[in-house]
Parts: sequence; structure tokens; C-alpha cells
Amino acid sequence: MYRYDEFDQEFVDQRIAQFSDQVRRRLKGELNEDQFKPLRLMNGVYLQLHAYMLRVCVPYGTLNSRQMRKLAHIARTYDRGYGHFTTRQNIQFNWPKLSDVPAILKELAEVEMHAIQTSGNCIRNTTADHLAGAADDEIADPRPYAEIIRQWSSLHPEFTFLPRKFKFAITGAPHDRAAIQVHDIGMQIVRSEAGDLGFKVYVGGGQGRTPLVAKLVRDFLPEEDLIAYSEAILRVYNRYGRRDNKYKARIKILVHETGIDELRGDIEAEFEKIRHGVLQLPADEVRRIETYFALPPLDPAATSARFDAKSAGNPAFAAWAERNVHPHKVTGHASVTISLKPIGGVPGDASAEQMEAVADIAETFSFDELRVSHEQNLILPHVRLDDLDKVHDALVAADLAEGNAGLITDIIACPGLDYCALANARSIPIAQEISERFGNAERQRAIGDLKIKISGCINACGHHHVGHIGILGVEKKGEELYQLTLGGSADETTSIGAIIGRGFAGDRIVDAVETVVETYLKLRANDNETFLAAYRRVGDAPFKEALYGTA
Amino acid sequence: MTDTQANDIYRDGRFLADGWTYLADDDPVPADGAVFLSLSRFLADLAVLRGRNAPTGVVVEAGEDVRSIADEFAHVAAVAVAFPKFTDGRGYSTARILREDLGFDGEIRAVGDVLIDQIALMRRCGIDAFAVSHAPTRAALEAGHVPRVDHYYQPAGRADEVPTGTRPWLRRPA
Repeated sequence: MYRYDEFDQEFVDQRIAQFSDQVRRRLKGELNEDQFKPLRLMNGVYLQLHAYMLRVCVPYGTLNSRQMRKLAHIARTYDRGYGHFTTRQNIQFNWPKLSDVPAILKELAEVEMHAIQTSGNCIRNTTADHLAGAADDEIADPRPYAEIIRQWSSLHPEFTFLPRKFKFAITGAPHDRAAIQVHDIGMQIVRSEAGDLGFKVYVGGGQGRTPLVAKLVRDFLPEEDLIAYSEAILRVYNRYGRRDNKYKARIKILVHETGIDELRGDIEAEFEKIRHGVLQLPADEVRRIETYFALPPLDPAATSARFDAKSAGNPAFAAWAERNVHPHKVTGHASVTISLKPIGGVPGDASAEQMEAVADIAETFSFDELRVSHEQNLILPHVRLDDLDKVHDALVAADLAEGNAGLITDIIACPGLDYCALANARSIPIAQEISERFGNAERQRAIGDLKIKISGCINACGHHHVGHIGILGVEKKGEELYQLTLGGSADETTSIGAIIGRGFAGDRIVDAVETVVETYLKLRANDNETFLAAYRRVGDAPFKEALYGTA
Repeated sequence: MTDTQANDIYRDGRFLADGWTYLADDDPVPADGAVFLSLSRFLADLAVLRGRNAPTGVVVEAGEDVRSIADEFAHVAAVAVAFPKFTDGRGYSTARILREDLGFDGEIRAVGDVLIDQIALMRRCGIDAFAVSHAPTRAALEAGHVPRVDHYYQPAGRADEVPTGTRPWLRRPA
């Protein structure tokens, strides 16, 4: 993974000094909250319902065990003993004191971490496929490019006060695990007919109040133009994005209102002015940065005899492996999902002890490397198949062995009204109740692949628009009400879910989800037809009928 | 404009008396003296202004296209880039386009909501003078206390920033 050199370390240290000074001025009253707000946001400090919240950047979701141990230490020392992994592959701490934040940032800097641009109207953490560098279907590892974007976008002097936040996502595989089409800019690594590496560039996707699937703005962007083209898009957005209404300020609205063809013309014109200048990426420098992300020394002769035997002899292990183990590009190896979705638990939360256990496992079995997935799980990217039973044993001991990756209890949920100042409704308790309802292992497996995503307000942090089943909490006449959307998806067949009908009260929503699931089980063509495939085949009608009866 | 008619300007490390006057669109343009005009007034009165023998400046409001004066730089001594709120970042693009794309070499001043924590970013975008009314910002500038990070991860096309390290996009102050 990427390692800081002197420049990177000095940059972060200076930034901490700068922010520490800003905190000092705020605490002294020299800055009022309005003036302090954009500064603290640029450093990941939010004022939430009950306390400040600090969001720490995990660039493109990649970290090592030393960093994970530091996060555990911060959770224990400055917070209440746990942290929450987010859909931007970051981690947030919900209870730090503002006066402790400079000390926390110093501790993070010791392990090459920071909180820069984890909030605010600037370029946020670039997310990437959580199986990057390991997946067997990948054209190239997206992380070197994500790292280059991270660097270019760090304290960019022109793009620090954008109309609204701005999110990049990048995938190196045709099967999109990074939800690139619901990002401000989505990049997919492709090869040209001549064999050159480059990107398909999507722009203007997003969720929130106005969910829109991104438009293809460029079919093939040569690797060397990654930054110049990004700068061109950002400049057009910075100049022309709406600033009169924060809910219409994302680039998706600019794309929607201007039209992709006209906007493409503006972007290309800006690009032409700068593409041959200092922003052009030299290939040898890209190759040098790639070496940071080189595949660890995996043994291509690794066998799976032990794995096969353990699978045959231990049904619990076999069941876990069936869901949570993913194909690896090197024979005899796999990537592993560590579920942060225990039955009845809070999606994405991990205790300090669990973080330390995961760090130990990664150190022993996965070349010291970990990932955070945007689905709020952790990943061990490079594990020998014949070590999987030992990994499983260690996960069982840490209470992290739920074999539910991709199943109905592998829920994304925003923090909701339990933490968030914006929320209208609770998300976490609904997720917990759904998890309990469907927690039976056989039942989950019978249902198969099904993504439920829950947001506690229209801002859609819980990605409900792209849930196969989406749940949106709203407030109506003082009551929490939950709307159901069906048929959303965030992969290469991205679609926005459709609202099925009137909402359900908090004590009815889980029954409604169960009705939808039971309806699916009855109508699916066979056991292999997923919920999404079935929904796309039959449409709304049977689900409406089951939920609301005939009109 | 809000509070920008402070009668001094911060430039080259100190506050100096500002010899410029900001004219409203219905004020007559004097024969002498340095005056700032709105972009629309400047374009409308170009025929007259081309013959003017005193410095003329243009105020570019957020949302206005600075490229519209690109052919008239011979008659533009200074540009005032407006920041109606410090969170409105359009002026940063305006300044970079002026300096880097259009090659404007006169004064670019920031006017409006100019605060200490943005000064360093504005400088990197080519702004070299600051009309400041915010008292703590004035005090910090007078004390020489400008918060900044002088390790840059992106070239901003400025002569006073030099390459550093192995990565071709890194810059340090010269």
C-alpha cells in the first residue's frame, strides 16, 4: 500500500498545525461557528445531534494492521470504545471532544492517516472496489489512480469551496463493486483496442433528494489525462454548478439541467487548454506509484486440500465460506469479507477489541492488509485458502464470523436519528429489527442475494435508492414513516429503486419488508433467480398487490 | 459590494493606502484616477474606456465570465475578483483563468468576504492583493500570521512555486 514520504508527512503535520490553530481560535471565540464550520468540515469534524463527530479518511478503503490498531486506540482513548465504518470506506467516531481533536489528528499522523476533506464542499475520499488488487475479474488495480486523485485533490486551491461535496469512485473491473454510476465522477478502467489503459468516465450520478444515474461523458480517457480531465470537470462544475439551493448544487443537477452533450463540450474545451501541460501524468511515475500496490508475494502453488477437508467436515465453516469468501486472481487464495453486520447489531460498528482482533488476523493471514468496503464491512484481501479455517476460528472468537455477505441481513444503514442532526427517522433500530427477523441462517440463504439499504432522511446516506429493497425514513405529522423502494441497484446495471406506495409506520415496516420477501419467494422462476432479477422480470404489480391489496 | 470600500489594500505583506475608487454603474467615469467598473459597464463603455489615460479596473462578480474581457487586457490595469461569501469559490476559478489561461499580469485583488483562512488559497490561484474588512483577518495579516500549508499536491501554474520531490505534480514555494 501507499507509504508516505517526507513530503506527505510534512504536509499532514502542517495541516494539523493549521487546524489546531483554528480550533484554538474557535475555543477562544476569535472564530464564530459560521466561520469555523467550513474549516472544521474540511478536517472531518461535524457537529452532530449530541456531540462532535470526527470522520477519519481511509483512502480508497485500504489500511494496514498498524493503522487499524491506532483506530482502536482512538476509539478506546477518546471515544466510547467503538467506531463506525462508513459507506465512503472511512471510519467515524461519534463522541470525541473538540478540544481532543488536534491530539487525535496527531496520533493519526503517526500512522499516515488524516481526516482531510472527509467533509465539506470539497473533493472527498475517492472510493474504490474493495477487492481491488485481488479480484480475479480486474483489468488493473484502481488504487494507484485513486491515490493520484487523492494527492491532486488534497487542499486543491481552486476546488476547496465547491457548490457542494464532490465524490469520485473508481473500479478496475467490469463488474462494478464501487457503485461508480451513483457518484459525481465514476471511473471504470478499460483497455483501448490498441491495448492502452484508460478510463470510461461517468459524471453526474448521485442519490440524495434527486437520485440520478451518471451519464457517460467520455468513452476512453487515456491514463495520462486522468488529472487534467478531472480538473476540467471540476472547473466547469465550480463555475457553473448551482449555488442558490444546496439541494440542487451537486454536479448531477448541472448535468441534468444543462444536458450531457453541452456539458461535455464545456469540459472538453477546458480540457484542451490544459491537457498538454503540467497535469499530464508521466507513465513512469504512474508505474512507480503502482509498485506501492504490488500484489504481495502469494504462493501460486498454494493448494486447497486443507480448505476442502475443513469445508467437508465443518458445516458452519463451509456456510460462512460460501458467502464471505471471494475468488482471488492467484490460485489457492481468496479475499474474505469480515461482516460488521452481526444479527441484531448496528451495521458498520466495530469495537476497539474487534478492530485489534482484525488487525491481528490481517497481520498473520493477509499480508498485513485490510480494506473497508462501501457496504460497511471489512475485507481481508489476500488469504490462503488453507488458512481460511484459522481465520474463521479467529473471527468466531472476536464475534465477527457472521456468514451473511450479500444476504438480506448485510444491510447498509445511515446513523439516522440516533446520531444525525439531519435525520427525520431512526435507521439503526430498523436495520436491527430486520436483521433479527431474517437472522435465521437457513432462511437467509434460501432468500439469497438481497441488498437492503436504509436512510433516515432524504439525503440518502444509507443509499436506499440503490437498495434492491430501499427504506427511507421520513417524518409525517410528528411520526416516523418509512417508504419502501424496490428494484434499485448500484452495480454495472445501476438503477434507482421505485417507490412502491404509501409508507409504513415504524412498527409495520419490517412486516412490509417480510411481505415483499415472501412475495418474491413465491414468484421467483427458480431458486437461482435473485430478488433483483425477479423484480425486473415481473415489475411492481405483485408486490403492490401483496402490500396494499387490490386498489 | 459588502464592506470592500476599505480605503486600504493588503499587498506585498502590508496594508497600503488604496488609490482605487469603485464606481457605481451610474457614476460618471472621471478622466483621472484609478477606477473599478463593473464588468457589464466596462464592456458597454469600451469605446470610450479604450481612450482613457488613467488606470481602469474591472470587478468580476461570482458567476461572471472573465474570458469576456480577454481581448481588452491592454485597457485593464487590475481585476477585482468578488467573493460574495467566503464559501462561494467561483472566484478561485476566475483568478486561475485570468492568470494561467489568459496570461493577465496586472493586479488581481480579492474583494468581498475575504478571511484569513482563505488567503493562502487565493494566493495560489494568482490573487495578489486583498481588500479586507474583517477585523481578526486584518489583525492576523498585520501580525504576519497567515495559516497555510506550503506543501502543494498540485501545480497551480505559478512562477513562485517550484517542483519538488519525485512526483512531477508536487510543488513548494520558491
